[in-house]
Amino acid sequence: MIPHAKMLNSQCSILTAFVQKEFYHIFRDIRTVLVIIGIPVFQILIIGFAISTNVKDVKVAVFDPSNDEATNRIINRLNASEYFNVALRLNTISDAEREFKKGKTGLIVIFGENFGENLYHTGDAAVQLLVDASDPNHGQTVASYATGVISDYQRELLRETDIPVRINSEVRMLYNPEMRSAYNFVPGLMGLVFMLICAMMTSVAIVREKETGTMEVLLASPVKPVYIVISKLVPYFIISWFIFILILLLSVFVLDVPVTGSLLWLNVFTLLFIVVGLSLGLLISTIVKTQVAAILASGMGLIMPVMILSGYVFPIESMPPVLQWISGLVPARWFNEGAKKLIIEGAPVRSVLKEMSILLGMAVLILTVSLRNIKARLE
Amino acid sequence: MIIVNCQLISKNFGRVVALKNISLDIEKGEIFGLIGPDGAGKTTLFRILTSLILADSGHATVDGLDVVKDFRELRKRIGYMPGRFSLYQDLSVEENLNFYATVFNTTVEENYHLISDIYRQIEPFKQRRAGKLSGGMKQKLALSCALIHKPTVLFLDEPTTGVDPVSRKEFWEMLKKLKKEGITIVVSTPYMDEARLCDHIALIQHGQILSIASPEKITASFPEKLYQAYSENNYLLLLELRKNPGVKSAFMSGEFLHIVFKDGNVDGNIPNLTEIEPTIEDCFIYLMNRIADGAEILPGSAYN
Amino acid sequence: MRHKTDCQLSIIEVEQLTKKFGRFTAVDRITFMVGKGEIFGFLGANGAGKTTAMRMLCGLIEPTSGKGFVAGYDIEKQPEMVKKNIGYMSQKFSLYEDLKVWENIRLFAGIYGVNEKLIARKTGETLERIGLTNERNVLVRDLPLGWKQKLAFSVAIFHEPKIVFLDEPTGGVDPITRRRFWEMIYESANRGTTIFVTTHYMDEAEYCNRVSIMVDGRIEALDTPRRLKERFRAGNMDEVFRQLARKT
Repeated sequence: MIPHAKMLNSQCSILTAFVQKEFYHIFRDIRTVLVIIGIPVFQILIIGFAISTNVKDVKVAVFDPSNDEATNRIINRLNASEYFNVALRLNTISDAEREFKKGKTGLIVIFGENFGENLYHTGDAAVQLLVDASDPNHGQTVASYATGVISDYQRELLRETDIPVRINSEVRMLYNPEMRSAYNFVPGLMGLVFMLICAMMTSVAIVREKETGTMEVLLASPVKPVYIVISKLVPYFIISWFIFILILLLSVFVLDVPVTGSLLWLNVFTLLFIVVGLSLGLLISTIVKTQVAAILASGMGLIMPVMILSGYVFPIESMPPVLQWISGLVPARWFNEGAKKLIIEGAPVRSVLKEMSILLGMAVLILTVSLRNIKARLE
Repeated sequence: MIIVNCQLISKNFGRVVALKNISLDIEKGEIFGLIGPDGAGKTTLFRILTSLILADSGHATVDGLDVVKDFRELRKRIGYMPGRFSLYQDLSVEENLNFYATVFNTTVEENYHLISDIYRQIEPFKQRRAGKLSGGMKQKLALSCALIHKPTVLFLDEPTTGVDPVSRKEFWEMLKKLKKEGITIVVSTPYMDEARLCDHIALIQHGQILSIASPEKITASFPEKLYQAYSENNYLLLLELRKNPGVKSAFMSGEFLHIVFKDGNVDGNIPNLTEIEPTIEDCFIYLMNRIADGAEILPGSAYN
Repeated sequence: MRHKTDCQLSIIEVEQLTKKFGRFTAVDRITFMVGKGEIFGFLGANGAGKTTAMRMLCGLIEPTSGKGFVAGYDIEKQPEMVKKNIGYMSQKFSLYEDLKVWENIRLFAGIYGVNEKLIARKTGETLERIGLTNERNVLVRDLPLGWKQKLAFSVAIFHEPKIVFLDEPTGGVDPITRRRFWEMIYESANRGTTIFVTTHYMDEAEYCNRVSIMVDGRIEALDTPRRLKERFRAGNMDEVFRQLARKT
């Protein structure tokens, strides 16, 4: 028992020493650290500034079958506010969808039939607000300003007539998956950054030891090769997690992304993807011999597909079927889809079961292959 | 007592023959030198003996352990310093040493007596990053790291290459002290003049051993009388000697010409002619030429 | 100190040559001259300043102060002329491994502005002299080290420079290859080419006609190897070097 415990203890201290050494390497190369942390911060700030949440002169289309005093007063009020510009009157409801697709109209106001009559007689009338939420942030603001204008009118009416009127404004956010938005960008950015840190930096860190010859000494020592490698993964795992939290915080506080889903499962899901990235880095490091080759392999083999095939830059739905199929091999694609559901839609964990199991399968497969590739000797 | 034993070790990399039928024995507690130029196969032999690569054929034991079967146990007992010193350039002197101590499951304090002589010279710079050290200091740190677990056999692959003469001399003095501690030292070097600092040497070229013996025995068994000469213009003298029918061979060696006469017939007209003891380099050249002439190499003997 | 007449015989003249990087003085007021056809050894430990000094002599960096003439040209004012009139070879990099023997010759001759006809004629001559005629179309990486060295040296002197700089030309080479290489260097010197060897291998130093030993940016000794060994009562150049390094 005791010798066993002692051995375990010594293995632990070896691992600790390795991990500590790895952190020294990372933090003494301050430029790389800045780049790692800088990329997500910089990108999020850019998105934050580029996508303005400032609502002004939003183009409004109106469908008004009633065309009475009440609806006109509401329309005039909207038009009078600095936020809206009523530009269009629709003849049929079906025009609404077409208007949105053109991408210029931000809000469509649809009055019910006999709006004024209903309002004065039953004290109850309905208006529907269709909001373009392809930038959900912007959409939220538009919706709240519009409902604000309507409830202003309602209060005015109350003062004038003393009748308890109630205007039911029903807001519908129309989410257009084809459109880019800050929200969509966040999971894609995470996928890219984790591939950079996990795969590229891990493989470079391991291969560097081969190149400088220190791996030779470590291999000639009693340390099990798998320990050498695992200790390389730990720091990048921790850094990735830290950056995940950083991105999440920035998203919430800079981009106002409402993270509604379960934080626990979001973390579990992301860590799973990080493990996939680390095992890819490990796999590369067992194959290549130089740092340049490691950068090329991870850059061309991993980062490029993340940019092109994960849905980060080009939507997968609009790809030709062959590319869609290939994109299925890119882990970031599944991360992207799952993270969108978890972060943006606030969907429950069972809705990402498919993505989770695919990522888990990938992690197990790649990790097995690369651990098998680790040799106790030089090639 | 034999502590390192190689029997008919061969290794090819693709079509390149790195080692061909290497057999040698190394005595416990001696300094054994592997002398040969770049590409002779020194590093490959070291890697086989330190269990880092597998030989294609033949077998070897170090400290009684088979380098293939018992490699886990072997790795606990040997110390290895590869050609490029293998230090972490971005870690400090102290951090490098502590790290390697942990790797070998020991502490710096435990075997400090073994490295104290060497380490004390670089201790004033212990906060400095290894990458900022001079060649000589790197060499001392790498040696300290290789010694920290008190290995029974220490393998040093070209520890003095690219190091200035002062540090080289100091380094060999350190090796002598370590020998007194009972550590067997196997060292490789391309410098022929370092051969005489070893107890036994193996001259190695093109993956083959030319000769194994003590340096004295190797120079003593040089089969010819060797002379040196020099003049104001050594090149013209060399051309003259090559034309001289009484001269068997003549070549440049530093500021002198080294000459062997046919049948010992010394020609008196050569300026500044004196008989000299052959150097290891002279022997190496002689043996290389014999091989080139098609002589068989028999392992374990100087001149067959 | 020096006479004007020396200029005809000397290929390198250096006076009080200094290079400072910030507050660090890499080369500290060195003065020496090298004669035509001389094999001059420029020794020093790593970091002693010999690489910096050599770079100034090749016109690659400007001196902070002092004067230097190489092949009759001012290293400060006419660095382009200096570069045209020197050859350079180092053991580490001299030839393109993935080019054929004749392609290497052609490339480097072209770089030094040798005209096409002359290249064509001299390539054959050169290959014959070093015994590589049959290897004309072989990739350099497939040549044995000794042959590569011969080729590299021939390429360095192809444009018939007055002086050729050799950077640790024979470090780590087997003794036969080394001695053959030195014979080649001697042959070339005998034809009037000045050879400037920078090295920290003391056994290379023994082959030189005269050597200078640099310690901490200064030339601490300059003489023939024999006289240096006598002066320091040393058996070899290694010991001479050690005594000089210890003094400082």
